[in-house]
Amino acid sequence: MASSEEDGTAEEKENNNKKRTKSALITAWLTFYNIAMTAWLVLTITMMRFYIQKGTHKGLYRSIARTLKFFQTFALVEIVRTSVIVTGVQVCSRIYMVWFITSSIRQKIQNEESVILFLVVWTVTEITRYSYYTFNLLHHLPYFIKWAYNFFIVLYPLGVVGELLTIYAALPFVRRSGMYSMRLPNKYNVSFDYYYFLIIVMLSYIPFPQLYLHMLRQRRRVLHGEVIVEKDD
Amino acid sequence: MKHYEVEILDAKTKDKLCFLDKVEPNATIGEIKSMFHKSHPQWYPARQSIRLDPKGKSLKDEDVLQHLPVGTTATFYFRDLGAQISWVTVFLTEYTGPLVIYLLFYFRVPFIYAPKYDFTTSKHWVVHLACMCHSFHYVKRLLETLFVHRFSHGTMPLRNIFKNCTYYWGFAAWMAYYINHPLYTPPIYGEQQIRLALIIFLFCQIGNFSIHIALRNLRPPGSKTRKIPYPTKNPFTWIFLLVSCPNYTYELGSWLGFTLMTQCLPVAFFTLVGFIQMTVWAKGKHRSYLKEFRDYPPLRSPILPFVL
Repeated sequence: MASSEEDGTAEEKENNNKKRTKSALITAWLTFYNIAMTAWLVLTITMMRFYIQKGTHKGLYRSIARTLKFFQTFALVEIVRTSVIVTGVQVCSRIYMVWFITSSIRQKIQNEESVILFLVVWTVTEITRYSYYTFNLLHHLPYFIKWAYNFFIVLYPLGVVGELLTIYAALPFVRRSGMYSMRLPNKYNVSFDYYYFLIIVMLSYIPFPQLYLHMLRQRRRVLHGEVIVEKDD
Repeated sequence: MKHYEVEILDAKTKDKLCFLDKVEPNATIGEIKSMFHKSHPQWYPARQSIRLDPKGKSLKDEDVLQHLPVGTTATFYFRDLGAQISWVTVFLTEYTGPLVIYLLFYFRVPFIYAPKYDFTTSKHWVVHLACMCHSFHYVKRLLETLFVHRFSHGTMPLRNIFKNCTYYWGFAAWMAYYINHPLYTPPIYGEQQIRLALIIFLFCQIGNFSIHIALRNLRPPGSKTRKIPYPTKNPFTWIFLLVSCPNYTYELGSWLGFTLMTQCLPVAFFTLVGFIQMTVWAKGKHRSYLKEFRDYPPLRSPILPFVL
């Protein structure tokens, strides 16, 4: 008799533990999304204030560079959550842009219009994305958030254009300064030309249309799938 | 004698693809594949996967019909494995590439380096030694493919040849470019380093060859049996006491020797990538040995003694 009572409470305890771990995880992710979203909102407001005060976008990147680098790197945590490949590629390309192109190639690059283009795209994208995830976790998805996903149809190509133009603008500086490059002779018998590496990076954007179409199909499924459920309710 | 009826369905669509009647009970899957090939000439036996369950494992060619868990009307599911290419063809192609490509760089064929260096030779003797070692390595591999190895599978998917050749040929070109470059820097510790590296390289080449011969002798010609390999009279095979796949161990050793000899970072990188891949293979082989043989020696590690 006593042993069966113990068994009962042991099972209960296990279920409670599982529930507790699950809600702890949800809380952790919600916290993460809210921090990230706050960061991007702060960045947006900083950028808007700068533009209103100075009337130009020159120097804007410089003013937000550190915050941007920090929060973009912070986003690495997300690779854990979803498909490593899709998120990984996006996060890596973002981190790459921020650390190795815009931040390291000062002067003219940071004042290019293409930088503003991709900054704006990233901000809108991230705020939309994190709101979506937050509402999703709370199991309450207002229709306007789902509709905002339609932004991506325009945002992604714009972002790609902004990034590509920035890399292209950086090329002459890289060539002239020989940054991140290593020439022969040296005791490791290897060489690395950052200029040609950047050209390869630009070429690696070629599969983008395929990824984009895949994303469109996914969005269609998410949007239409959930609308049907709501009708039943 | 009771004859079987065999129907073959497509694993995905469940369409009836073929119906064979009056099949001998002692017919093998291999024979059934040949019969299926006759009615569907585009699916030669090597690209057929025949299974009892649409999502199950492939049956082996040697499996006999009456020993399978089927009634007198047997239903099999077919999956197309895609275009196949023989292992021998793949090996010959992927190994000839590096042999030829390295020599193009060694002889400094035009359009690789600056025109004033065309058809010149390096003034460092280690560069000549490296060329001999690299060429010897790939000639050895080609000869082993033709005369030593006994393959358990006849074929592999066609797309593998593009993947494999890109890997071997690409890395060979990358390494050869720097080793044979006019601005190549010889090893820091000079003759001592080169001599030590050469000893390691030759030792591991002989070791690797000994293992290939030992593995070949485990398997009579034409058979696909699997046995536990044991050390033989050849001291180079005594490593079987500690390692399941010493051929990979020796291969790693050879490339470490070559890295030391050339002191070239691309070579080190190639060695590292190869080591990772061989470790994955060794672990898989070790696991299947353990699964298949109850009495498998417990002291053995997959690729590095006691470590990995």
